[in-house]
Amino acid sequence: MIDIVWAVDHLDDLAGRVFQHVVLAGGAVAVGFAISLAISVWVVRRRRGRAGLLTVSSVLYTIPSLALFAALVPVTGLSILTAEIPLTLYTLVIFVRNILAGLDAVPGDVLEAADAMGYTAGQRLRRVELPLALPLVVGGLRLASVSTIGLVTISGILGDRFGGLGFFIFEGYRRTFATEIWFGGIPVIILALVADLALVRLQRRLTPWSRPVAPVDPGRGVAAVAAS
Amino acid sequence: MNLVELTLAWLADPGHWTGAPGIPNRLLEHLLLSGGALALAGSIAVPIGIYVGHTGRGVGLAANVANIGRALPSLAVIAIVLPLTSAIDNQAGFRLYPTLVAMVVLALPPILVNTQTGIGEVDRDLVEAARAMGMRSGDVVRRVELPLAATAIASGLRSAAVQVVATATLGAIFGGGGLGRYLVEGIAQRNDGMTYGGVVLVAVLALAVEAAFVLGERLIRSPGLVRIESSRAASAA
Repeated sequence: MIDIVWAVDHLDDLAGRVFQHVVLAGGAVAVGFAISLAISVWVVRRRRGRAGLLTVSSVLYTIPSLALFAALVPVTGLSILTAEIPLTLYTLVIFVRNILAGLDAVPGDVLEAADAMGYTAGQRLRRVELPLALPLVVGGLRLASVSTIGLVTISGILGDRFGGLGFFIFEGYRRTFATEIWFGGIPVIILALVADLALVRLQRRLTPWSRPVAPVDPGRGVAAVAAS
Repeated sequence: MNLVELTLAWLADPGHWTGAPGIPNRLLEHLLLSGGALALAGSIAVPIGIYVGHTGRGVGLAANVANIGRALPSLAVIAIVLPLTSAIDNQAGFRLYPTLVAMVVLALPPILVNTQTGIGEVDRDLVEAARAMGMRSGDVVRRVELPLAATAIASGLRSAAVQVVATATLGAIFGGGGLGRYLVEGIAQRNDGMTYGGVVLVAVLALAVEAAFVLGERLIRSPGLVRIESSRAASAA
């Protein structure tokens, strides 16, 4: 059932697709993080803007990814934008939720102390609020990375130039070739789990004072449990 | 024609509302598949969650299982199962089982975590009071813990349902039924009307499922709990 010779012959392709997978996911996560940080800082003290943002983002998060990729095909064609825009949009939802939750968790008297020490709003944000929000921000990074790694696979629907490891799944299915399907599917899962573990580590390194915090998962009712 | 006109024209075409590839049938397929997977996942995860939450045994294990489950990419799960089930059954092994397995696997973690934390977070004083009143363990679960944890369990089912509906859409990539077919065929045939018709239908279905569960959560809240909370809110004001 497994064609080892084929697998060994295609290790170069595998490396290329892993690279593409990481680039597609990393690009979306990086752009999503930058935009989210700007939006969150802008909206954190604006009650109405914030409620609107949260509503729009939870609606967006409910829409299945395949539909979001498909929705862009008539607009941006089978281009890199069609792959990256939905990926970025989903990371926005995750990041905004977590950055806002992190900023909210900063105690009021800490803010007052910072103000009393003469910090300007910008200084207070950079030196007090963001560092204290860090556990949730990194938690969001973890959730966004893992979910984006999964979603990159689906972008293979847009053709052979996309999908990262998902390419092997789509091509293997077309050729009804089990080895190739697994050649894509198993590494995707490994990649997602490795990213998850690596980011838990990062969380510990960056915020040694706090136990890894469970990130706010926009699709979940109750906050999920942090890995122990 | 622009995109909106194309979409409306495709949706309004009576030919798209009859037969096996018609919208009502695809919707039914989508709902049956999702409902089946959710029921299956619920009947596995709710009892385990109740046991773990009630006894406090295996909390760490359940959390780890749930965490790994959360990190699993849905398409990859379908892909890994597909060669196995298709070797067993040449028809359903391609179109149905892989998606169904992925749906159940992905639906388990949110239901498990929510049930377990919902039951585990029931006020210990209430549980002790119930025991002091002579309730057995089973009664405590049925008459105290379950009613109080009902909304938490329901919200676990809601996240699972949204996830399951999205995964059912992916099944269309491997020849499965459901509304995802319009997306896959629309992209492959460069038929923008069909693609967008599918996008609208899938998005509306996902949002409707979410809304239905939110409504359901309100309906099943324990009346006693609602009374306590409203009197607390009144005394706080």
